[in-house]
Amino acid sequence: MKESRPDGNDGRPAIEFHKVTYTLPNGRELLHELDLEIRPGEVLVLLGRSGCGKTTTLKLINRLLTASGGELKVEGRSVDEWDVIRLRRTIGYVIQDVGLFPHFTIERNIGLVPKIEGWPEDRIHQRVQELVKIVGLDPQIASRYPRELSGGQRQRVGVARALAADPPILLMDEPFGALDPLTRAELQREFLALQNRLNRTIVFVTHDLREALLLGSRIALMDAGKLVTISTPEEFVNSSEPLVAAYNTAFAAGPHPEERQ
Amino acid sequence: MSLWHFFLENHTEVLELTLEHLWMVGWSILFAVLIGIPLGILTARWPILNKPVLGSANIIQTIPSLALFGFLLPAPWIGARADRLAILALTMYALLPLIRNTYAGIKGVDRSVIEAGRGMGMTDSQLLWQVELPLALGVIIAGVRIATVTSVGLATIAAAIGAGGLGEYIFRGVAMVNNQVILAGAIPAAVMALLADVGLGWLEKRLSRV
Repeated sequence: MKESRPDGNDGRPAIEFHKVTYTLPNGRELLHELDLEIRPGEVLVLLGRSGCGKTTTLKLINRLLTASGGELKVEGRSVDEWDVIRLRRTIGYVIQDVGLFPHFTIERNIGLVPKIEGWPEDRIHQRVQELVKIVGLDPQIASRYPRELSGGQRQRVGVARALAADPPILLMDEPFGALDPLTRAELQREFLALQNRLNRTIVFVTHDLREALLLGSRIALMDAGKLVTISTPEEFVNSSEPLVAAYNTAFAAGPHPEERQ
Repeated sequence: MSLWHFFLENHTEVLELTLEHLWMVGWSILFAVLIGIPLGILTARWPILNKPVLGSANIIQTIPSLALFGFLLPAPWIGARADRLAILALTMYALLPLIRNTYAGIKGVDRSVIEAGRGMGMTDSQLLWQVELPLALGVIIAGVRIATVTSVGLATIAAAIGAGGLGEYIFRGVAMVNNQVILAGAIPAAVMALLADVGLGWLEKRLSRV
């Protein structure tokens, strides 16, 4: 049994897509009648190749993009009914390029949402110190600027910033995609440990099957703007669905020096 | 008579003309900043304004300065005094670098920074004041610098419509075929342009973030 969240969630999905479509102004359909339910506290991985619509799906949730059709609910309420600024501050957002403000110290970067939410300074400071430790950074880093940090450190700051105002939902768009393999593995491990403690609803976009299997409670495989399957990692590796099988084969094969002839 | 003697003997007049020159350049840059930066921000926000605004500013630049002074002569209130007229014309010339640099500065802010800010729930005005303008500041100051240096040179033409300034000496010297008198206007103007260039260049460096 999962503990019920203090916000009184009664088991309804945290995020629901009902026949959600997204069409570009030029008529090209990027997302076709997507049906998807994301449960509170799960890590739902959106997996697929570039251009399959996974990032579009993510940006519809915090209304960086607006759906052309269908219904999309966050915490039981249609995103159109949400005040868009409120909605975004309820949802943490982490992207591959991190997007730290280069002219702000790490402390100001992490404390940004609390600050614009009007928290008192000492509470922001306290929260930042707490978050810096949560994401495994040296507290002394708080007074530095983003350019003085390594890629891995910057992404940790990105995660801390997204968590700052304690949002129940996190959207992560290939957050570890630009990191070297060792740093990526380290951050993935810490992500799991963190999620064990915090139990957020997370939508995680990746094209890396290994990452999807490692981090996801469920994997939604997308292709050409449509949902192909949705399954647990165990079901995924045993699936006979052709596209899933193709993924598994490509992954299992791995690179072998003999292939190079 | 050497140039040095000329300056010594006419120091009150030199000072007066220099101050007139500074007056015209100072006001026109101030007005251009007050009009150009908001216009640059608006064009960055609404791409539809891009062509009309930058286009008009571009067209103004192509009007020969002497002709522009002439066109403005019949304007009410403005045309009544030569220095007002000169300030208006100089303001119009200074607009393009200011609009263009403000636009380019804002557009040049890293996309991922803007996306992150928007995604975290910053409002448009929070993004503008806390992120876009601070990060564009260096490029905007570079625009002020270009506008100021150009304006110092252009303001010499204002003497042709009786607005005074260091152009007085230049026109007088040309009429008298006297190089020393020309230099008496040209050297202070050049020094003024150089000082503005160095000063604003220093400011630009200090305010450029990243």
